[in-house]
Amino acid sequence: MAKKRLTQAINEAYIEEMDRNSRLVLYGEDVELSIFGDTRGLHGRFGASRVRNTPISEAALTGMAVGAAMAGNPVICHMMFSNFLYTGFDAIANQAAKLRLMTGGQARIPATFVAAIGGGTSTAAQHSDTPYPLLMNLGGVQVAVPSTPADAKGLLKTALRGENPTVFLIPRLRGATMGEVPEGDHLVPFGKAVVHRVGSDVTIVAIGATVSHALGAAETLRARGIEAEVVDPRTLVPLDEDAILESVAKTGRLVVVDESRDRCSAASHIAAVVADRGFHFLKSPVRRVTVPDTSLPYAPGLEKALLPDAAKVVAAVSAIFGDAQLEAP
Amino acid sequence: MNEVLTDRLVNEPSPAQLLAMLNVMVTIRRTEEQLGMDSKAGKLPGNVHLYIGQEAVAAGVCAHLGDDDFITSTHRGHGHFLAKGGKPRELIAEVHGKRTGACHGLAGSMHVADLSKGMLGANGIVGGGMAIAAGAALSAQLQGRGQVAVVFFGDGAASEGVLSEVFNIAALWKLPLVFVCENNLYSEFSPSATVTAGSLVDRPRPYGIPTTSIDGNDVVAVWAAAGEAVSRARQGLGPSFIEARTYRLRGHLEAEAGFIQTKYRTDEEVASWAKRDPIPAVAARLLAQGYLAEDGLAQIDSAVMLEVAEAVRFAEASEVPDMSYVEAAGFIRSAELGSR
Repeated sequence: MAKKRLTQAINEAYIEEMDRNSRLVLYGEDVELSIFGDTRGLHGRFGASRVRNTPISEAALTGMAVGAAMAGNPVICHMMFSNFLYTGFDAIANQAAKLRLMTGGQARIPATFVAAIGGGTSTAAQHSDTPYPLLMNLGGVQVAVPSTPADAKGLLKTALRGENPTVFLIPRLRGATMGEVPEGDHLVPFGKAVVHRVGSDVTIVAIGATVSHALGAAETLRARGIEAEVVDPRTLVPLDEDAILESVAKTGRLVVVDESRDRCSAASHIAAVVADRGFHFLKSPVRRVTVPDTSLPYAPGLEKALLPDAAKVVAAVSAIFGDAQLEAP
Repeated sequence: MNEVLTDRLVNEPSPAQLLAMLNVMVTIRRTEEQLGMDSKAGKLPGNVHLYIGQEAVAAGVCAHLGDDDFITSTHRGHGHFLAKGGKPRELIAEVHGKRTGACHGLAGSMHVADLSKGMLGANGIVGGGMAIAAGAALSAQLQGRGQVAVVFFGDGAASEGVLSEVFNIAALWKLPLVFVCENNLYSEFSPSATVTAGSLVDRPRPYGIPTTSIDGNDVVAVWAAAGEAVSRARQGLGPSFIEARTYRLRGHLEAEAGFIQTKYRTDEEVASWAKRDPIPAVAARLLAQGYLAEDGLAQIDSAVMLEVAEAVRFAEASEVPDMSYVEAAGFIRSAELGSR
């Protein structure tokens, strides 16, 4: 095990899987130079045939990923910022998500769409979305959102060996996060949540960048006598409902932290699942810590005020326990 | 650089090749007439968009393709499916929504596919096949075995923005891709002239893509143009564009009489194009050359009619798919599928 940055872990996953499968190709806008650093060095290592800089043509890039994958070449289609998924959305929503079913199971679509999500650096509203709720609703793409370098590598490797379309979303603010990454064939299965912290009083389900907020909040809460369990689903499709329910069965309380907008968010879906299948476990209403239904502003103070953070998680837990003293300042 | 595909015939199909294309055209015609009747009789769960009148395009292009080559098609895709080697019974069963259909009844008319024949699918999204074909062409290029991809699309789809993106990438990367734009003069219910600026055949020229415009009702002209374009693609010379001028003898969809209140084209116009039906034209050519007997077309027709009738019996006797087909074809875990 060695400590690596999340971006470096992603880079290793690309290299290992492209070494392993000579048919796997990667393309996207400026992947040679690499805006986020995750694709750095790949062009030199694998050559211009397998690693391609593309025109700014998202509609073509996503559609071509579907076509190349159906024809036998798995594709890493790098979309840069997740907001650009929207300009390439037709082939994701209408083709990638649907063609396996629509061809009666004939088509295999091993295409992985990589994009960075989240705000926090004043890139303003068109470069800071967290669009996994849309993707979760497509009914035919897998959605992976790592929070640690090890999970980033392991989830990406699983995506690249799979036969179904996957959107792999990088929490942009976590790119420099350091963490232990197992050497060699480290694979993280889809649909398997991880418990980052064990606790008995409240379950905090957190996704992507918000996992660190949940863990920070848990430390604050411990000092106040509340033990929080932090559960990270890691993939939203498929979703490990059982792991969430198992934790809620133990704690009886649930807070879901999610950087997407509140309406039809991952958090609201998880809350609905627990209401359906785990209502009898609940001792108090489920709380969601999400982004209000607005675009993120450019001004740093305003952006920060709208994004989830540890204090907001503490406040949500405090509200559950009805303890005004626990309210964050 | 701005090379233009020649209009002259480099060579002509052999009589055997021409007979094979005639057979494909008759198969498409009779299969679709059957589906049109089934639609009007209320026997089909969904709509059908018929290709009748345009058969020479699919037949002439696909004559150059093997099972390893790829095509993507449109919502009007029965002809491309059959010309690429798909079986009438699998098509008819699919459109009837039966489990024995090419896609087990999960796709229907607008989305029929046969990956074993390189037919990556008809597509319900206008223009949806363009980038998919370009991706298949990228795969063909990477695998280096001389495969090609053909994208069939209509004049209406030519107004989708993704076409410009695909022109650019295909030319830039010299993808083995052939664009076949079937200009049937109508963009759904709108005459092309009211929704299309300039000339379709001019659109790829600025990208350096060779272009030609041909009579799409003349299967020999289609065969010749497609042969040149496919050959260029196989040699690694990059994409080509063919505008095939043709006409949709039936409506946009068979059910349109039920909801359209005013005519959008004249009976005279349809009748004038019916006189240019590609099937009698090619039969007459073969007859004149002595390669088809007086009753040759009738013989082909009888054999095809038998096959279609058998296909209909097969479809009608087949079972509808149950939920296990959705489960097997999708990848959502059964627990998630059945939980609500």
